[in-house]
Amino acid sequence: MKCRDVVELMTEYLEGTLSSTDRARFEEHIAGCDGCTAYLEQLRATRRVLGKLADEPIPEPVKSELLKAFKNWKSR
Amino acid sequence: MARTIIDPELEALKAGDEVAFEAIITRYHGPLMRLAMAYVRDHGVAEDVVQETWLTCLRTLDRFEGRSSLKTWIFGILMNVARAQRRKESRVLPFAALFRRDDSGSRRPTVDPHRFGSNGLWTTPPDSWSNLPEATVMSREALDRVKVAIEALPEKQREIVILRDIAGMDSDEVCELLAISATNQRVRLHRGRAAVRRMLEEYLQ
Repeated sequence: MKCRDVVELMTEYLEGTLSSTDRARFEEHIAGCDGCTAYLEQLRATRRVLGKLADEPIPEPVKSELLKAFKNWKSR
Repeated sequence: MARTIIDPELEALKAGDEVAFEAIITRYHGPLMRLAMAYVRDHGVAEDVVQETWLTCLRTLDRFEGRSSLKTWIFGILMNVARAQRRKESRVLPFAALFRRDDSGSRRPTVDPHRFGSNGLWTTPPDSWSNLPEATVMSREALDRVKVAIEALPEKQREIVILRDIAGMDSDEVCELLAISATNQRVRLHRGRAAVRRMLEEYLQ
């Protein structure tokens, strides 16, 4: 496997959808390649940064309005 | 395939448990806002979309039988509300915005080919980020860059990246929600994440 091809298999690797043969070849390549190891690690970091974007807090006025709507719904 | 799993959170909602409702709107606010922003450009409009989503959830909660997960149901409602909102807005959107380039079907490499030699090995390998302080990788500025990168993605990739990596759905849930194949989902995820990585790499260099 060449680095150029390995980078295009990263998502399949992370998703666990590579065949066991391809997975073994992939892991063998990664074990001996600093560039591809760094790339895989960058993709994982990218996912962590993306996950952080979920943290936007709900503004208080929005929350209290929704809670009011929920109470109304409950007493319908 | 009629599988109905009892979801304690759904039961609590139906029973009118305010604490459960508050927990859910708090947990999903960020992911729903990001997904709303995938369809409407304005932050205020996105907030309205999220609010309308919750109100629609309440109106239809009695009829929801839990055939999909609660989460998939909520996000599905948001997508309907957001798309309806965009149809209203599309009359005023610039023409070009409707034809953003979508390379989801392309097999073009996701890494600049100039970074590899003719033998296919790295000549300009990526730097390891493990030496960087986590505070740099996770800085406000890095997050802002990532937001920009997401907004620049073609819509089909943007949806997937948001649902998978921000909303934390698994691939089955996303395939069900968008009615697409697992392969399709993976290809779009691959291209979308790679584009976000490129933006981060540019910033962290």
